Amino acid sequence: MPSRAAADQHLRDLALLRRVRDRIDREYAQPLDVEALGRAVGMSAGHLSRQFKAAYGEPPYNYLMTRRIERAMALLRRGDLSVTEVCFEVGFSSLGTFSSRFAQLVGMPPSVYREQAAGDMRGVAPCVAKRATKPIRNREAPAATRA
Amino acid sequence: MDIKIAQAMLPHNDAAESLAFYRDTLGFEVRNDVEYNGMHWITVGPPNQPDTAIVLYPPEADPGVTEDERRTIAEMMAKGTYASINLATPDVDAAFERLQAGSSGEVVQEPTDQPYGVRDCAFRDPAGNLLRIQQVN
Repeated sequence: MPSRAAADQHLRDLALLRRVRDRIDREYAQPLDVEALGRAVGMSAGHLSRQFKAAYGEPPYNYLMTRRIERAMALLRRGDLSVTEVCFEVGFSSLGTFSSRFAQLVGMPPSVYREQAAGDMRGVAPCVAKRATKPIRNREAPAATRA
Repeated sequence: MDIKIAQAMLPHNDAAESLAFYRDTLGFEVRNDVEYNGMHWITVGPPNQPDTAIVLYPPEADPGVTEDERRTIAEMMAKGTYASINLATPDVDAAFERLQAGSSGEVVQEPTDQPYGVRDCAFRDPAGNLLRIQQVN
């Protein structure tokens, strides 16, 4: 049974991780700088990565990739942007990396997804659409382990 | 049948902080503040929607919640995966500016056109609950 003080500290650390995750969500199109993300909440890059993975099931880098692909899926469903435009819009600097990452998570190349998915989620409540269309990696992530 | 949504429940872990956010930053009115054993149940709602409210409640108060569950709920609130609510406004950009200037609450998402036809932004309240605000005309 952890002490009250340790439990409180644990909750404060989790709240810091929440800030990091929200920041990745918000700044997904920028290059990932785990050092800077850690610095902003007083953690080293290594400590942040380990703690983040323990809390959310995947390290910050994977979370960012999932977030970018999620946004890319949304933009591709719109149908008015090319795969290349979407690739740069969500923060990738190489079409090859984008396409292989996308195929890994979604199970098909972005071009095929763009053709198939146009208009699919129209009329679905935003929060439902966001969850239903979230890339699969989160669901594959192993259960979080705690220190 | 004539059934409306009267109240939705959102957890808090610091009554004063959450109250300040919903009242001062979001502009809701405080309709009730029930105290029991030092815990607070606070009813807040938008002035232009008197029939609908949010009750900010202490999740640890339920006697049917075990110690383990209490800890899990506190952890999920802290890491931001526990509770959320969707709000609506005619001008999401103006609401975003106002909220961003507020003292408490954290920005999660700038106003963004979603592909499913909604423009929305997102914030955290002080307890870690996710608030999405969508544009409705």
